[in-house]
Formats: sequence, structure tokens, C-alpha cells
Amino acid sequence: MKPGFMACAALACAAFAAMALPLVGVAAPFVPQSGTEVLETLPRRANAVDAALRRQRVQLAAAPLDPSVAAEAAQHYIELGRATSDPRYFGYAQAALAPWWNAAAPPVPVLQMRATLLQSSHRFAEAMRDLGAVTRADPANAQAWLTLATVQVVRGEYDAAVRSCGRLSSLAGQLASMTCLANARAAGGQLAASERLLALALERSAIASGGKTEAQDASLRGLQLWALTLLGELASRRGDAARAEERFRKALVMAPGDSYLLGAYADLLLDQGRHAEAKALLRDHLRIDGLLLRHTIAAQASSLVPAPTMPANVLPPAPAVAGAIAELQARFDAAARRGDAIHQREQARFELHLRHNPRTALELALANWQVQKEPADLRILLEAALAARDPTAARPALAWRRQRGLEDGTITLLAHQLEGGRI
Amino acid sequence: MIPQQFAARRLAVLILLSLLFAASAAQAHKPSDSYLTLRVEASAEPRQQLLVDGRWDIALRDLDFAIDLDADGDGQLTWDEVRSRHADIAAYAMPRLGLSDGCRLSVTGQQIDRHTDGAYTVLLLQGACEPGAPFAINYTLFADLDAQHRGMASITIADRTQSAVLGGGHTHLAAGADAGSVWRQASSYLRHGIWHIWTGYDHVLFLLSLLLPAVLGKGWRAASADVLRTVTAFTLAHSITLSLAALQVLSLPSRLIESAIAASVAIAALNNIRPLVQGKRWLAAFAFGLLHGFGFAGVLGDLGLPKDATVLALAAFNIGVELGQLAIVAAFVPLAYAIRRTWAYEQLMVKGGSAGIAVLAMVWLVERASV
Repeated sequence: MKPGFMACAALACAAFAAMALPLVGVAAPFVPQSGTEVLETLPRRANAVDAALRRQRVQLAAAPLDPSVAAEAAQHYIELGRATSDPRYFGYAQAALAPWWNAAAPPVPVLQMRATLLQSSHRFAEAMRDLGAVTRADPANAQAWLTLATVQVVRGEYDAAVRSCGRLSSLAGQLASMTCLANARAAGGQLAASERLLALALERSAIASGGKTEAQDASLRGLQLWALTLLGELASRRGDAARAEERFRKALVMAPGDSYLLGAYADLLLDQGRHAEAKALLRDHLRIDGLLLRHTIAAQASSLVPAPTMPANVLPPAPAVAGAIAELQARFDAAARRGDAIHQREQARFELHLRHNPRTALELALANWQVQKEPADLRILLEAALAARDPTAARPALAWRRQRGLEDGTITLLAHQLEGGRI
Repeated sequence: MIPQQFAARRLAVLILLSLLFAASAAQAHKPSDSYLTLRVEASAEPRQQLLVDGRWDIALRDLDFAIDLDADGDGQLTWDEVRSRHADIAAYAMPRLGLSDGCRLSVTGQQIDRHTDGAYTVLLLQGACEPGAPFAINYTLFADLDAQHRGMASITIADRTQSAVLGGGHTHLAAGADAGSVWRQASSYLRHGIWHIWTGYDHVLFLLSLLLPAVLGKGWRAASADVLRTVTAFTLAHSITLSLAALQVLSLPSRLIESAIAASVAIAALNNIRPLVQGKRWLAAFAFGLLHGFGFAGVLGDLGLPKDATVLALAAFNIGVELGQLAIVAAFVPLAYAIRRTWAYEQLMVKGGSAGIAVLAMVWLVERASV
């Protein structure tokens, strides 16, 4: 029995080593053994999408200085980037806008796409500057008001966001305005009411969805997906896990690969300790850093043998978990090497829950808090402050929470713990 | 027994899990990067030029977006599809590295490596810069296609590694901070000058051979005047020939020069034992200084003079030689003056020392003349 066990352990080590090495990128270059060996799987899109992209590239090459061609190409790439969570498309979009990227006053369509790209790289102040210019030049631009409201919510500027949604309501349909508003007003005791109103608007939109053109239908479906996801998040913040799950599942039927939705649902499952389900949900989406992170947190939790006398960070992680941690570290390192800091929220979660470095996690969470102020940003900050036994560091964020009246069950618990000094 | 069996089974499950996991998690979504690692070294022979070698990892996916590698359009890149396009990949990538004039790099082979977001082709690079040509790159890979593409460059020069993120607004990388500033460059030539006189034993010994008897039988004033005349004559002479040779006005075969320098050291030393030239020591210093200047020029030729700052670098090197020389004089002359009347100095140092120098110089002479 013993030799068998040893062999097995050795095999496990070998498997782990074989897995970890290429992941962290320290392997030496090699010559593949066979000409038919597949080295890379290219992003596959439906043929029609691919053909449209090719046409657009040809068009853009023929008229690189035409703002409407460039803005259209950029929009197409941004949509692809969002749908796949693949940041390379944002780079392609930015290249299409290159002639105006540093211009003071580009044409409005270009400006709007530039704002969207700035937003996606978390350069919120610059995005708001561009959106301000768009809404001044074209006050009837519904998309610009909606994007502006979204950025304002991310920055915690709820009153300004409500005003932007107000401008939107006179330009767009009910569902768009209600989703915008619910997103902006889920604070100051208005969470439950916003949720109810949004649910109603969604129901009505489903009834009224007949007799639309294809494009209208697609945009309506996009809005419905957003509304459903937001409804799930609001229910979760209110503490109604059953209702939240029902909505997330419904949304998943509409968009099984939506990475934002998958992340939100996985967080709900993690909070309920349903680690196996969280892993199953995310298994096919590990290319995306935020989803690999949640998958690894779930894998770690389910691989731990409950041992009340031993804190979690004393146990060595299982090989699969260790491999995933190394992979995540390599991805964060690759981003850091570029000088990118758009994953600080995820990186803080990584440091806190997987590397068990509350101090580092707290620093990252504080830096992230300077940039964005969504409930998830506040939550990781409070969690890290608790784990690092540093309630003072969380004080400004806690004051901010009281002042804005942010509603979220988990955050309220964390805040009580920090404010009550029960650490 | 039973717990062990259980443990074994559990591990086996973990292996499976880890393999499954590796298959699906191997590739991240990330912005486009390439990884450029270069080592720049000065060659020893024959003339000092910069030798460059390294590797450049470029994502296959990015290359496919630029030059369409997927020949059969099935979304799967095979090794055959990639290697049949190696020439095109090199032809696409290399001009976009933007090597500075006077430098060339060629692709000696291509392999494959994996990074967090997939497979990369690895261009293996080798090349050189002409003597005096500074190494620099102006990185524009994928600049027209993907504005967020970056080149992660790591360049090691003389065991110092500098890293840079290239692309966007920052595309230029020059080898070594030294290359950037004319004054830093000058100070580097100055150090070379000092270093060369200190480590060039033939020059030091020649100088000592002239200085050993300069303090004999005189007062401080006369002795220092003699030293001053000798050193000035030597300096003046070698500055003239150094400049003429470095600016390529005059050139002599280096073997002849090196042999003649060895001979000059021997003659200067022997002159201290059996004087032939006396009183006119400065004249000998001047005549032989002309020879030594050609020797310095050989060193400078190996270093290479920067094209944009030839005169400054030459002056800096020359000043370095003078400073090094002055340091030797300042250390030696007061000491020699203090003990000049002792038997040890007159016999042991002047006669004995000179004999030693003469023997050494003749060994050099034989070596250099017969190579």
C-alpha cells in the first residue's frame, strides 16, 4: 500500500508541476513535435460576425479619417469586447479611434466611443469629461446620458446619476429609464422601492415586446438582461437570496456566457457556501480573471477539510488550487507589468481570500476605492480592514457609506463589526 | 491501511482535477503584449562593436489578426500553419522593432512558448551594431491595429538590465541611459581614459622611468620644474598623435606601435642605468610620447567614438589620460623627493627598478614583435 501511495503522491507532484510551469510562463521555448499540433485556438465568432468585421476593417483601411466609419468600427469592437470579456477588442477599438485619441474636440460619435473606452479602462474622470462634451453637443443622445449615469453610479455620485437618468427618461423607453434610475437610487432607503418599480417595468416590457424590428428587439433584450441582472443584485443586497437566484437563473437563460452575470451569481452562491455549484457554474469560463478568481475561491473552500482548530491559512492548498493561484498571480503580474491597475478589486479579493495577505489586500482595496465605489468595492475594503485588524483604515469609507445611505445586507454586517470594534 | 488507501484515492482524483483544470484555464483573456528580451554586449575582438542577441515573443493570435495565419480558416492554428509563415512573420515584425541605424538583427529561428493568454512565436534574434553606432529601438508593432498593445522590453547591457513598457506614446528605447546624454557619454570616456593609463602598465612604467632620475641631486624647485617639463612634453606629444589617429588622419599598424612602445620603455629604463640622454629628458619624453599617443588611439578605436560627439569624446578621453597621469605623478614625486638622497633610492629604486623595468619591457618587445 505504501509504495502505491508514494507513487501516487509523486504523480500528483509531477502533474502539478507540469501544469504550473506553462501557466506561469517560465518554460523554455520549444519546437512542436508534430506539424498538425494545434498551438492556438483563435476566437471563433459566427461567420456573419466575422464577415462583418472583415468588411469593416477594409472600410476603415480605405477611409481611416472618416469619423463615422471609425466610430462604427470602434462600437463593433467594444460590443465584442464586452460580450467576450476580451480586452484585446478594446485595443482594436482604440486603434480605430487613433486619429482622434488625443484630440481636444473630436466629432461627437468618436467622442462617445472614446468615453466608452476610457470608462472600460477605469479612467472615469476622463470618460466623464468626454461624456459631458457629448451631452452638451448632442443633448438628445440617450446612449450618452445612460453611459454618463453608469459612470456616475460607479463613482458613487448618486444624485448626479439620478439627474442623468432624468434626462434619459425623456429620450428613451420606460425600461431603460427605470433600470437607470434603479441603479442610481438603490441607496438612501430607496432600494426596495426601486427594485419593485424596476420589476414592474420589466414585466410590462415583456408584454409589450411584440411587433418590433430585429434591431429594436436586440436592444430590448439587452436592456432586459441588464434589468434582470440588476434585479438579482438588488434582491441579494436586500438579503432575499431566493429571489436573487431566481432572477440570475432567468437572466442566464437569456445570456449563458455573460461574464458579469456569471460573476454576480457566483458571488451569491459563494455567500451561501454552495461551493460545488459555484465551481460548476464557472467551469467553462476560466479565461476571465474575475471568474477564475471566484472558481478558485470555491475550489479552495470545498477542498478544505473542516478543522475548527486550524485557521484556513495554515493548511496547504490542494494542488489544483495552488495551480490556479499561481495562474492568477501570473495574470496579475502580467497586468502589473503593463502598468494596468484595473483589476485592483479582484486582486484585493485574491490577496485576502487566496493568498491570506490581509495587509496587501487592504492596500489594494483602498487604492481601488479611490477609483470606484460600487458595493463590491466597499465590501472587499471592509473585509480586508477586518482581517487586517485595521478599522481606522476603513473609517473614511464607512463615513461615506453613512452619508450616501448605501444599502447592502452584507456590508451592513461588516460595518457593524468594524464600528462596534468587535474584531 | 484504510486511511492511506483513502488518501491515495483522493490524490488520484486531484490529479484528474488538475489536468482538467489545466486544459481549460491555461489561457487568460488579457490585453495584447509582446515580450522582448535582449542582451547587448561589447565584443572584444577585433574592434569593439555591440553584439546583440535575445528573443521576442509575439502572440500567435495577434499575428493572425495582422497577417492571417489560419490558412484553412478553421480557427485552429497548427504548427504547420505557423511555420509555413515564418518568413512572413519575421518580415512583418522586424521592421516594426525600429532598430537604430548601424544596427542589424536577424531572426535565426522561431520556436513556440506559452504565456498566460496562449501560444506565442519566439523569434530568436542575433545581430550587431557597427562600432560607435548606439543601440536603440523604436517599437511600433501592431500600433496601427491594437492601440493597447504593449511591448514588455527587458534589455541587459553590461550586466545592467533596464525594463520598459513600449507602445502608446512611448515607443523609443535607447541602450543604456549613457547613450541619452552627451555629458554622461563624455564622463564615460573620461573614466576610460583614467582607467587606461592606470591599467596600461607600459605607459606607467615609461612615465616612472622618466621620473625616477628627475628628482636626483636637485632642490625641490629644480626637481619639480624637471618633472613638469617631462610630463608636459609627454602629454603634448601623445595628445597630438592620439587626436590625429582617432580622427583617422594618420594611422600606423598597431603591431609596430605596440613593439615600439615596448622598446621606448626599455630605452627609457636603460637610460637610467647608463645615461645616454641627460638634461634633455623632456625631449625624449616628447619623442616617445608621440608613439604612446598612437597606443592610446588604439584603445579609443576599440571603444568606438560616438558619431554625434566625436570631438567631445576624444577630449574627454584625453583629459582622462592626463588626470590618471597626474595622479601617478602626484603620488610618486613627493615620495621620491623625500627619499632621493638615500642609498635605497639611488641604487635600489633608480638602478634596480630601472633594470627590472628594462627586462620586463624587453620581454614585451619580444612578445609583441613575434606575435
